[in-house]
Amino acid sequence: MADLSPSRAITVTVNGVEYEREVEARKLLIHFIRDDLDLTGSHIGCDTGNCGACSVIVDGRLVKSCMQLAVQADGATIETVEGLSEDGALTELQQAFSDHHALQCGYCTPGMLMSATALLRERPSPTEDEIRKALQGNICRCTGYWNIFEAVKAAGGSA
Amino acid sequence: MLLRAVDYAKPDSVAEAVELLAANDGARALAGGQTLINVMKARAASPDGLVDLNGLDDLKGIDLAADGTLTIGAMATYADIASSAEARARPILGEVCLQIADVQVRNRGTIGGNLCSNDPTNHLPPLVCAIGARMTIVSGGGERTIPADEFFVGVYLTAVGPGELLKSITVPAGTHDGFAAVTLGADGTCIANAAASVGGDGSVRLALGCVAAVPVVVAPASDAEEDVRAAVRGAGLEPPADVHASSEYRAHLAEVLSVRAIRQAAGKR
Repeated sequence: MADLSPSRAITVTVNGVEYEREVEARKLLIHFIRDDLDLTGSHIGCDTGNCGACSVIVDGRLVKSCMQLAVQADGATIETVEGLSEDGALTELQQAFSDHHALQCGYCTPGMLMSATALLRERPSPTEDEIRKALQGNICRCTGYWNIFEAVKAAGGSA
Repeated sequence: MLLRAVDYAKPDSVAEAVELLAANDGARALAGGQTLINVMKARAASPDGLVDLNGLDDLKGIDLAADGTLTIGAMATYADIASSAEARARPILGEVCLQIADVQVRNRGTIGGNLCSNDPTNHLPPLVCAIGARMTIVSGGGERTIPADEFFVGVYLTAVGPGELLKSITVPAGTHDGFAAVTLGADGTCIANAAASVGGDGSVRLALGCVAAVPVVVAPASDAEEDVRAAVRGAGLEPPADVHASSEYRAHLAEVLSVRAIRQAAGKR
């Protein structure tokens, strides 16, 4: 029978790299990603599950990594913002964010990029309504969202 | 946020999960975690142990029987329900699941977690009451099934006792349902909500959320607006007041939202 224990050894694949670590059960996935793996692109904004700055893709599903324990990611494949570009070249979406001035302070940007990436995989050419609904879980306090919508639309080829 | 130290287990079977819960007083079931992990951050709950239900594939199914009865595993996520062909047999379920929070929360949050947390502002407790769902609870001693309106006991309290788990939700066939809510921002926390269902015989069932510790079930004489308003007024609501709405305003919303939910339900007939 599975026993209750305060920590366990987990294996996760993050951005194509496999990691094995012993983690405390109380550690949130975002802290594991940032502190244990030193992948600090994913941000902690509110730490209450509202802002979406910690959004990552776990086994193909977009989640907020402050609302999942690291031990729950055992065996998972995780994508973070660091894994989007290959060989230093920006993705179309990242380039569109730059072209459309879709960030100001940039704090929310990693989460926005992950949410928009998840959307574009499911809906390669999303409508504005679909973009709004898809980014509902990501809060930006600078841009007023318009340029972010424009960037996602452009990356989807509809602007 | 660093949580208080907590033990963790991820059982492979429902039997093992209920055994762990029964053997460890301070252990709690961890479903999607979209509520529990946040209340643990705030130290509003500090369980000694977490029994993670995410390995229990038996609790994730959504099955449609030949007679139209839908059985939804407690660990089905909102996204699972919204995208399930079977769940379309009772379309209101997917429609309401798509109004909960955001993509990320819908990808992890589960129907069982939503019902068992029984936060009075949740969407699903009034909905399952209105559509006449039945809840199957499992423990080491076997299973029992109770109607949804006996499931909700108090704020954050349900009929699921120590050493028990909500296993599945059984929903009878039907399509004439409605749901209306006033929320904080689009798809945010409900200030008031109402779920309605109109039966093939014209019978009307209404459940009001956010106005009491548990959903308030009322049965208007018909789907006519005056009957609906009279039934809600006759329910003797004394809703809680908070920064978002006074008690009087919540009672007013309950009446208006009931009319809207019933209009939606009756419109599908």
